[in-house]
Amino acid sequence: MVAASDPALLPESQPVKPPVGVACRQIVKEFGDGDAAIRVLHGIDVDVHSSELTLLVGPSGCGKTTLISIIAGLLYPTAGDVDLFGTSQASLAGRRLVEFRAHNVGFVFQQYNLLPALTATENVAIPLLIQNVPRAEALERARAVLDLVDLGSRAQQLPSQLSGGQQQRVAIARALVHKPRLLVCDEPTAALDAHSGQTVMELVRKVAVQPGRSVIVVTHDHRVYRYGDRIIEMADGRITSVQANTAHANPTH
Amino acid sequence: MNWVAWKMLNGDPIKYLGTVFGVAFGVLLIAQQCSIFVGIISRTANPVADVRENILWAMDPYSQNADEIKPLSDSDVFRIRGIEGIDWAVKFFKGTARAKIESGMFKQVIMMGIDDHSLVGAPAKIIHGTLADLRRPDAIIMDEAGYRLLWPGEPIKLNRVLEMNDHRAIIVAICDAAAPFQTFPIVYTRYSQAVQFVASERQQLSFVVAGVKPDHAVADVCRAINTTTDMRAMGHADFVWFIIQYYLKYTGIPVNFGITIALGFIVGTAITGQTFYLFTVENLKQFGALKAMGVTNWRLVGMILLQAAIVGVVGFGLGMGMTAAFFEVTNRALPDLRGLHLPWQIAAGTGVAVTGIITLTAIVSMRKVLLLEPAVVFRG
Repeated sequence: MVAASDPALLPESQPVKPPVGVACRQIVKEFGDGDAAIRVLHGIDVDVHSSELTLLVGPSGCGKTTLISIIAGLLYPTAGDVDLFGTSQASLAGRRLVEFRAHNVGFVFQQYNLLPALTATENVAIPLLIQNVPRAEALERARAVLDLVDLGSRAQQLPSQLSGGQQQRVAIARALVHKPRLLVCDEPTAALDAHSGQTVMELVRKVAVQPGRSVIVVTHDHRVYRYGDRIIEMADGRITSVQANTAHANPTH
Repeated sequence: MNWVAWKMLNGDPIKYLGTVFGVAFGVLLIAQQCSIFVGIISRTANPVADVRENILWAMDPYSQNADEIKPLSDSDVFRIRGIEGIDWAVKFFKGTARAKIESGMFKQVIMMGIDDHSLVGAPAKIIHGTLADLRRPDAIIMDEAGYRLLWPGEPIKLNRVLEMNDHRAIIVAICDAAAPFQTFPIVYTRYSQAVQFVASERQQLSFVVAGVKPDHAVADVCRAINTTTDMRAMGHADFVWFIIQYYLKYTGIPVNFGITIALGFIVGTAITGQTFYLFTVENLKQFGALKAMGVTNWRLVGMILLQAAIVGVVGFGLGMGMTAAFFEVTNRALPDLRGLHLPWQIAAGTGVAVTGIITLTAIVSMRKVLLLEPAVVFRG
């Protein structure tokens, strides 16, 4: 297990740094108005590099979920901007932001959020259908991605017929099928046992981390720290540390 | 994404059937209650409505309906015949009599006295015997339901004898007649006999039934009667509606039934609306996930409307089928409910109502989906 303070973590100033995929600039987020306003993010400045798996860690209520919601374009910041692969989110409004999200962001949720009435293949095909890819082609491409996550044999099963780990692998396939440039995973191992959690994280490392793609994993789970290239630690709506992690080179340790 | 909407809807067969049957039962309640009301209220005019159409009815100007009549003089039929545009005019009696059967049991009957010579006003559908036998002495025709009321469980037998006002009456034929408002047997006989079967009054002519020449309009001839005689005349359809209006206006039927119908409508609306609303709300998380993945609000609106349309059409079809089946079964099994059916106007009205309810519910649930923050998917 590797904690954020583990000696295997290298300081941010270490030399190897891939290009920045996501740049947060002075992100402030408040909920409520006037005197009742609660500030949950206090001017966040952080870069998420592409071709890397970045872990976002911190105690409950520190603002992790709010930050990834803003990065993924699900929430508007009260102040500040997010630059996603050269596109300023502030320049995108309403429908354009939704379309940008559909093309560039993949999601893996804690509770999988698979549509229960759809088979594994059909669930995986959804992001392609959103982009108006013809259904036959979308299903074919979905089956190919299911093979990648080793669920080809379960392609026609409904979510209720799959284990939690298998459902999360379907969710990963769904998040990747449209080849997004940003993958956001919210506590992907929280609902899984240790073994399934490890399988899921290995899969994320193996399949999701690709050149030109940024992967952000929000987690509480110290056991998965070793899979991250970089660990961003948060507390009370602020970034407290950003550290490179060399441990993932040997995730079994 | 329409395909996804369809799969979301029917992917869970139990939920899908629950939603569709919820709507179907709502439709059944609305259509069945409204149809029964229309059927019951139509019964008030059925004995008159059964008389041939395209005629006019002349009566005392103060007559309230077909049962509250001040008799005319027999000579009034000649005055009607003298009106310009009248092709023919005959006497018509409508009243009630007390009929006693062999066992001593007696029952009130609706007495219809038709023209002795032309038999205008005779029932259209004779089931047993012939209409011509009505010319025999003491002959009467009784409706089948009335016969079964007088002799329950017994097979139909012609030439059975009744006693009415100390006069012998012989059943020479059995007819099929629309169910009357009061569940009394309907007896058809010749006018000259009908007036003897009921307690005597100085004047006994209930109505003059008249036909209009082809080149004259019924309304014009009625107007001529109204202005040149002290009688009132109405076309057949107007007279039927006049009777129905009386019962609507002066009896407690509309209020009592109206409350039942309103309850049926409210419960039906609640079932229909709530079922679809719950279906959408239960899928809120799924809609949230789709929203996060990049489905636009307009697309979500389309998906919900498609689901609403499918649920509405299938539920309406099933509900209408159940309503029609209800009337089909009850018409055969329960003679008291004979003649009650599902009018196409009620079916169409229910369709409009269900479309409105489903659309309104879809809008309400849509609002919830549209206001749903996609970030909610990160909140477990």
